[in-house]
Amino acid sequence: MQGIGEAVSLAIQLVITGNADLFEIVALSLRVSLSATFFACLIGLPLGALVAISRFPGRGAVLVLMNALMGLPPVVVGLLVYLHLSRSGPLGFLGLLYTPSAMIIAQTILIAPIVAALSRQVLEDLHGEYAEQFRSLCLTRGQTVSALLWDARYSLLTVSLAGFGRAVAEVGAVIIVGGNIDHLTRVMTTAIALETSKGDLALALALGLVLLVIALGVNAAVQSLRMSARRHAYV
Amino acid sequence: MSSIDTAALLRPQALPEARYANLLPLRVRGLELSCGGTPILTGLNLDLSPHGCTAIMGPNGAGKSLLLKVLHGLLTPTAGEVCWGSQPPAAVTARQALVFQKPVLLRRSVAANIDFVLKARGKPRQARDALLDRVGLLHKARAPARRLSGGEAQRLALARALATDPEVLFLDEATASLDPSSVQVIETIVQDACARGIRVICVTHDSGQARRIADDVVFLHGGRVAEHSPADRFFSAPQSPAARAYLDGRLVL
Ligand SMILES: Nc1ncnc2c1ncn2[C@@H]1O[C@H](COP(=O)(O)OP(=O)(O)OP(=O)(O)O)[C@@H](O)[C@H]1O
Ligand SMILES: [Mg+2]
Repeated sequence: MQGIGEAVSLAIQLVITGNADLFEIVALSLRVSLSATFFACLIGLPLGALVAISRFPGRGAVLVLMNALMGLPPVVVGLLVYLHLSRSGPLGFLGLLYTPSAMIIAQTILIAPIVAALSRQVLEDLHGEYAEQFRSLCLTRGQTVSALLWDARYSLLTVSLAGFGRAVAEVGAVIIVGGNIDHLTRVMTTAIALETSKGDLALALALGLVLLVIALGVNAAVQSLRMSARRHAYV
Repeated sequence: MSSIDTAALLRPQALPEARYANLLPLRVRGLELSCGGTPILTGLNLDLSPHGCTAIMGPNGAGKSLLLKVLHGLLTPTAGEVCWGSQPPAAVTARQALVFQKPVLLRRSVAANIDFVLKARGKPRQARDALLDRVGLLHKARAPARRLSGGEAQRLALARALATDPEVLFLDEATASLDPSSVQVIETIVQDACARGIRVICVTHDSGQARRIADDVVFLHGGRVAEHSPADRFFSAPQSPAARAYLDGRLVL
């Protein structure tokens, strides 16, 4: 067990000298969470758009469900994905358990509802403004959806960043389906949990530092997106 | 109470044939429309000939904008019959264009707003610059549409409507916030459109404008057509008391 002060200075040293282990972990974290964000947007944005522009019986229930799924506990998602991917599970033959792919799947499931629910709100507001004009132009549903997605691009980027932020900071799902295997499935959050329990505070702190910087970076990106949207009168 | 000179309105005029005869004439019978429980249009009858430019006038809140939306197939009336030729409005929406009182522009450049419509209608993109030039916005092609001034936004909305190549063009106070020279530009465009056989139906509060561009005037009051006369007669000798009061500036709804 190190002293806190010693741990902090070691941590800073690790970051500054570009420690290989540290950067491998950070790189995997980014790869997993960025991929999950990509797939979550692929699923969530069209879904959000479709719900935003459609009126059908049971729509209220769908909205409640979408909003409820936003708060899915990561460990529960991890458990469900584990049950499907484990050797005896229905998708066990794929051999994905304890691989980065499993982690990407889990995080995608975790944040797709966030992307869908938040984009639904954004797109529904926009559609309220455009609907009459679009009906006058007799646009097809596909044309309406793609026009809404494009015109809401700044807000939707913010939405996807929110999804990424949740994915990269999440530990419960990736630790269950990834297993925190060194050099294979160890990401920032799982490493922090492990190193802290082992007493290696320097690495944990260094990773925590990087995670904080990423969180700040995401927020800064959101801010600058907002500002640039305003500058272009696209808000 | 209506004094519609139908015979005069349906008389053939020295204008080219409407491109698609089956869209006109327009026939409206017993049109009723309620908004949030309040009756706005109450048994409105209207006949429009296949050619020319019709001005719809009437006090604020008379239901002019709502009437345009019903005719364009965006609103379903509570009761009554609307027929374009033999078809209901919703079946012919795509062949018409409406410039809304408050233009809704996409969050894109001026040029991209036109491109969007051209692409949606499968029309060549080359038409864009000519359209922008006609409404005097070519020099703003790259500017974000939402940064246009009120008058520029209205002109862009008109260019976008023309980009759909409509057979019927609805204008809802399309020159309301334009400076005099822009008004003239728009009026020329509208007159050109009429000359090319596009049926124009415009809502306006500007009597001078109605005199200049309209062949006939529909005066809306009390949820009905209070008067429908040729433009010159409407302004020189209005038949209905409501129209007389409106033109004298005495009528409030
Ligand atoms: N969605 C709505 N719900 C309830 N009432 C409405 C709605 N839309 C319009 N109205 C009412 O219907 C009436 C007619 O509206 P409309 O917009 O057609 O007036 P207008 O003749 O175009 O007036 P203006 O000259 O001011 O443009 C108004 O009193 C308005 O308040
Ligand atoms: Mg109006």
